Amino acid sequence: MKRKADIVIIGGGINGCALAYRLAKQKKNVVLLEKNYLSSGATGSCGAGIRQQWSTKENIELSMHSVKMFEGLNTELDSDIEFRQGGYLIINHTEKEMKQSEQNVALQRSLNLDVEILNVSDIQKIVPILDVKGMHAIGATFCPTDGHANPFKTTFAFARAAEKQGALLYTHTKVNQINKKKDYVYEIQTDKGILTSSWVINTAGVWSKDIAKHVSINLPNTPFRKEAMATERLQPLFEAMVISFHDGIYFSQQAEGQIVGGIPIPEERSGFHTMPTYAFLQHMAYTLTRYAPLLKQVNMLRHWTGFYDVTPDARPILGEDENVPGFVHCHGFSGHGFMLAPMVSKLIADQIVHGKTSSVLQRLSLKRFDDPDLIQEQNVVG
Amino acid sequence: MIGMTKTTIVCRCEDITEEDIIAIIHEGYTDLEEIRRRLRIGMGPCQGRVCIQLVKKILERETKKEVQETSLPTNRPPLIPISLGALASKKKQGGRHEKKS
Repeated sequence: MKRKADIVIIGGGINGCALAYRLAKQKKNVVLLEKNYLSSGATGSCGAGIRQQWSTKENIELSMHSVKMFEGLNTELDSDIEFRQGGYLIINHTEKEMKQSEQNVALQRSLNLDVEILNVSDIQKIVPILDVKGMHAIGATFCPTDGHANPFKTTFAFARAAEKQGALLYTHTKVNQINKKKDYVYEIQTDKGILTSSWVINTAGVWSKDIAKHVSINLPNTPFRKEAMATERLQPLFEAMVISFHDGIYFSQQAEGQIVGGIPIPEERSGFHTMPTYAFLQHMAYTLTRYAPLLKQVNMLRHWTGFYDVTPDARPILGEDENVPGFVHCHGFSGHGFMLAPMVSKLIADQIVHGKTSSVLQRLSLKRFDDPDLIQEQNVVG
Repeated sequence: MIGMTKTTIVCRCEDITEEDIIAIIHEGYTDLEEIRRRLRIGMGPCQGRVCIQLVKKILERETKKEVQETSLPTNRPPLIPISLGALASKKKQGGRHEKKS
C-alpha cells in the first residue's frame, strides 16, 4: 500500500468516487479507501432518482447544477451511465400539499427551473398507467428535466476515470484509526497498512459518524433503514419517476425495463438489519397497484435494504471542518447523495485545491446545527 | 470448465456470455458483487441460482484467487418471482399503514 497521499477519501460510494476523479484530475495525489467494494453502501441500494424539485434553495441549486453535469457525464467519463430525463411527477393529495407545492414551484421558478403545476386531468398524460382515483390525487407538479441514472455504472465510471488520472482506489480496506498529528497532517491506520495525508474526506455514508469520531467530531447523523424492490423487465411503459410525499412511495421504470421503487417500512426496525421484510413487500405491492392497477400482473423479483444517512434538517453536511483543519465533511445526504454528487464533488474539490469557499458550502456546514432557526427540507420521500 | 466456449451463455436471464465476464474481470472488476452490478448477473428471474456459482468459478480461474463462500451475494426473498397482485391481496384496504387523505 502507498504510504503518503495529498488527500485520503474514506468511502467508495458515488461521492467518494466522484471526488477521487475531480481531485486526481487537478493533479492531486489521491487515495480512496473502501472497506467493502465500490457502491456497496447507500449508492448501490438507492433508487437513483435525480430530482430538482426541492423546498430549500440549497438543494435546488445543487441539483440543478448536478443535472447539467449529469447531461455531460457520458462524454466526460467515456462511459454510458444510462442517464435519462423522463421527469419527476410529484402527486399531491391534500390542499395543504397543494399550498406547499405552490410555494416550492415559486421558489424553483425564481431559480430558473422549468417546473409546472398540473391538474388531475393532466396526470395521465405524463404517466398513462396511473389511476388518479386510486391514488386519491388532486393535482401534481412536474419537472421534465428530472430523471435517473444507473448508480453502479455512474460510480464505476467515476472510479475508472479517477484511476486513469492516477488516483489509487483500495477496496476491502478498513480504516481502524485516524490520528491528527497537527493541522493538515493525518495518519490513517488501515488493516492493509498506514498512510499519511494532508486532507481526509469523510464520504462514508452511514458510517461517517464512526469515521468522524476518530478526530473527536460528533455528527448528528442517524441511519434510517429503507427497503426497495424491483420487478421483472417490461416494455417501456412510462418515463417519469412518480413520487408522493403523502404516501412516501416512489417508483420509476429503469433503462433495462424493470420498475424500481420504495416506500417507508411499516414495521420500522432500528439498527443495521439488512434482511428485507415481508411487511414492506405487502405495503409496497398494495400501494403500487393502487397507483397503477395494471401492475398487478407484473412479477416482483427481488427486494433489498439500504440506509439513509439522515441529518436533523435532511440536508447534507459539506466542506472543511471549522475546528479540525484538513478534515472535510461530505455526508448526511439523507437519501439524496446520488443526485447531488456531481456538483457537491466539484464544490469540495474547488475548496481543497483552490481554497474557494462557496456560499452553499457555508450554508451546509456542520456548524449550522448550532443555529436554532434551522431550515428544514420538506420534500423527502422513501 | 469442460464444454464451455467463449460464447457460452452463463447468465440466461440477462444473456451474459463467459466472454463478457472475462472482459469485465480484465477491466478491473474483481469482486463478485461488482461484476453482478456491472452486468446485472443474478438480478433476473433466477436471482443468481443458475449463474452465480459459474461466475464464481470463472472469477477464481481468471484471478487465481479463491472466492470465499461468505462473499457470495446475499440470498433474499422471494425465492421465486411473485406477482404484485398476489402480494397486494393479503393487505386489507384502509389498514393501519395507509394514511387517509
